[in-house]
Amino acid sequence: MPQLSQLGLVYQSQWFWLLLVLGVIYFFVGRGIVPRVESTVDQRDAQIAADLAEAERLRAEADAAEEGWRSRMNAAHAEAQGLTAQAKAAAAEAEGKRIAAADKRLAAKAEEAAQALDAARQSALAEVEAMAAEAAREIVAKLTSAKVDDKAVRAAVAGALSRA
Amino acid sequence: MAAEAKIDPMHQFMIAPIGSDQLAASPFQFTNSALWMLIVLVAIVLFMWGGLKRELVPGRWQAAVEMLTGFLDNVTRQSIGPEGRKYLPWVFTAFVFILASNWIGALPFAVVPGAHPFTVTSQFTVTGTMSIISFAIVLGVGFWKHGLHFFSLFVPHGTPLPLKFVVAPIEFVSFLVRPFSLGLRPFIAMFAGHILLEVFGNFVVQGLNAGGPMGYGVSLLAFLFVIFVNALELLVGAIQAFVFALLTALYINDAVNLH
Repeated sequence: MPQLSQLGLVYQSQWFWLLLVLGVIYFFVGRGIVPRVESTVDQRDAQIAADLAEAERLRAEADAAEEGWRSRMNAAHAEAQGLTAQAKAAAAEAEGKRIAAADKRLAAKAEEAAQALDAARQSALAEVEAMAAEAAREIVAKLTSAKVDDKAVRAAVAGALSRA
Repeated sequence: MAAEAKIDPMHQFMIAPIGSDQLAASPFQFTNSALWMLIVLVAIVLFMWGGLKRELVPGRWQAAVEMLTGFLDNVTRQSIGPEGRKYLPWVFTAFVFILASNWIGALPFAVVPGAHPFTVTSQFTVTGTMSIISFAIVLGVGFWKHGLHFFSLFVPHGTPLPLKFVVAPIEFVSFLVRPFSLGLRPFIAMFAGHILLEVFGNFVVQGLNAGGPMGYGVSLLAFLFVIFVNALELLVGAIQAFVFALLTALYINDAVNLH
């Protein structure tokens, strides 16, 4: 086992070179390069975290903007609906008024016509009565050659007409 | 070479001087072990340097480096807590050095004529020293933060008084054994794995030299086994580096967050 048999001759140089090499690795690499590599990694992690936070903030902002837009949109919709309802109500009211006025006019006209009709019927009825009384008197005169009183004939005809 | 067919699996662990004929007991002696340590060092520095582009969107190389540091940062922070970052440089150093040594030592550089690969972590002088450094940190931090109260580490919380006299020595011995197990674990793994590779690699060559259906059959079997052991060696290399780093972090945690 050369590690043992050579020990006395080599241990000094082994230690010297080993400590030299380890010292260079420790101070130059371990304390020089490693912290810089670590700081690069830390910097990158920090940057990624910051970027993520920024993205989150922007997303919240966009959400808020969208929320605002949506509420404004809803308000506008509601306003438009209100206006439409109002216009509809006004239109319906005006229409109702016009219809009522027209109804009134028509009712007046109908009343007028009915009255005229009534008058015409009254006069026609009176004429019919007179004619019927005349005819009845003449029929009675022809059949019985009796002279009937004008008044009596009229009363009889009126009674018959009212019974009919 | 193959004709000699002499199996000497220990030869790969020999430390040979470079630039002089004889090993000398001097700290400045440059050896093949020192050469491979420097190769490991250069590989680590180049790898980490390549990941230092500091781009916001990392490329493959930068992502690999960031994955490595992030992984070790996780290990230290989960084991030690928020204070773990202070100890990341050493955990990182230990992990990366063991991992690179294990993997570079397992690469088939031997196919290049004249190249003699050497696994630095197959020397307990190396892994043992790293283990001692880890425990120097543990003891230093423990006594500096808690003073003599650090000895309460050997008395688990909530032990009934009579049991304390039994448990404390056991805990103490277990603590004393830790540096040895920590240092021996990666060394043994590399040592045994490389012996296996050498022995079965030799079987391949010897089988081919022997010829005949038997020889070729043995050669093929040994070849398949060498491939399997190589894959296992890569896995073990990573696991040992991880275990060393994790245990170092856990032991430091004992000292930092004394109950």
